[in-house]
Amino acid sequence: MTETTINTAATAGKTTSGAAMTEQRKSRRSLWRAAVVLIIAACCYEAVARSGYFAPALMPKLSLVAQTLVTMLADGTMIEHSVFTLYRVMFGFLLAVLVGLPLGILMARFAAVEGFFLPLVSALMPIPSFALVPLFMLWFGIGNLTTILIVFYAATFPMMFNTWSGVRSVNPLWLRAAGAMGADENALFWKVIIPGASPFIITGLRQAFLRAWIAVVGAEMIAASDWGLGWVIFDAKEFLNTDVMLAALVVIGGIGFVFEKMVFGSLEKSTIQRWGMSRVAKG
Amino acid sequence: MVPIAIDNVTLEYDTPAGKVTGVKDVSFDIGASEFVCIVGPSGCGKSTLLNVIAGFLAPAAGEIRIDGKTVKGHGMDRGVVFQDFAQLFPWRTALGNVSFGLEMKGIPKAERDRIAREQLRLVKLEKFVDSFPHHLSGGMQQRVAIARALAYDPSVLLMDEPFAALDAMTRDDMQSLLADVWRATRKTVIYVTHNVAEAVYLADRVIVMSAHPGTVQADIKIDLPRPRDPLSVEFVECQKQLMRHLGHKVSGNGVGH
Repeated sequence: MTETTINTAATAGKTTSGAAMTEQRKSRRSLWRAAVVLIIAACCYEAVARSGYFAPALMPKLSLVAQTLVTMLADGTMIEHSVFTLYRVMFGFLLAVLVGLPLGILMARFAAVEGFFLPLVSALMPIPSFALVPLFMLWFGIGNLTTILIVFYAATFPMMFNTWSGVRSVNPLWLRAAGAMGADENALFWKVIIPGASPFIITGLRQAFLRAWIAVVGAEMIAASDWGLGWVIFDAKEFLNTDVMLAALVVIGGIGFVFEKMVFGSLEKSTIQRWGMSRVAKG
Repeated sequence: MVPIAIDNVTLEYDTPAGKVTGVKDVSFDIGASEFVCIVGPSGCGKSTLLNVIAGFLAPAAGEIRIDGKTVKGHGMDRGVVFQDFAQLFPWRTALGNVSFGLEMKGIPKAERDRIAREQLRLVKLEKFVDSFPHHLSGGMQQRVAIARALAYDPSVLLMDEPFAALDAMTRDDMQSLLADVWRATRKTVIYVTHNVAEAVYLADRVIVMSAHPGTVQADIKIDLPRPRDPLSVEFVECQKQLMRHLGHKVSGNGVGH
């Protein structure tokens, strides 16, 4: 009897490793596809740039953009700007996680907290953070504080909302089973609720970062002085430095891509994908 | 002292229409190392009764005593196996799942791993200690759940239709495996099922319940020698007897579903 079950299991094991293989191949193929699409988009841009529809000063050729990018990277200015932007986004994002995660958990566990915060989340989440920049500038001045607070505002609600949904979605059977095995409140929280809610928490982190990244560039355009990728774009406009603007855009896209794919992608791979929980939540 | 006493237990559900009696005045005793199956039609409250014994629900009247102590909430003297495969923690390997109860008991890691491995060997999953549940078949997941419920050495094992969601062939394998595990561990088992053949195969005693409200209709000893042969005349005769109690019309070679 066991012979047969173990045999079926062994074949099942083989299929799963086979699935992992195709998974790998699939991700490589999607990378290729992304590269091809990017190249096509670049060619379209280049065609318009060379057609002379816009003055070359307004729409520089890609070679010039690349050259500007390399120069700015080499002399360190682009890196310095990126560091400033990253500092603001990470500061605001971490603050948002520190506030949004516990609040989301409290909302899911206590009806009173939920009753207080849920309407607030529903009302404030749809307001674009960008719309708050002028107001925040008046309150907090130009500089890091305003940009960080804008990032914080943008990132907190998705973090809170997803954590709340995640904790609510924890399978009650896990709590029962853990309770039957003698888990106290503390163990239930750390060993069942947090890992059980992890698909949603990771989605929350991902959405929060995406929103934070969009918010920081926007906020820097208006509320930053001298430093930051958003400021670079805004400042370059004054001097018609379209190549600088486009170079900054490339960096913004690149950093966003790295976080999305590398940081959150690998976090997902090492946790919920490994546990077979990634189907539960798709951001 | 009776190892497990179920004493005049009555249970009520809250429904929009008011209180409905699910289980009424149920009493029976269970001896040490006895394998008891509770059989009944759906709606007879057999799973609910098991949940009361597990301590997940409180009875409206009556009480349950294990070794003389009244059950209040869940406790580590009982291990529980549910029907749903999703009872395992997907973020823990088979070994991690089985170790959970030991971890809660504060047993050091090396000792935990040793015991958990032993339990997994008992359910013949020693090759899959490091697998995550989603890489295991349904039958294997239920075996992990059994090992997990046994690992912290409770005196009673409560099982709520653990094999009902498995295909027939796997279910047969699982039943014989469970019989082996029971022989090896000598736990007291309370096993809820709606499958008559399963009850006759596994149980020392079968409690037959009737529905609306759930009451004990019959308490039948199964005196067949083990391991049992489901094709023997005596086995089929036992099944017929049980089915008669369940109100089925039995003719010729009636075999349980």
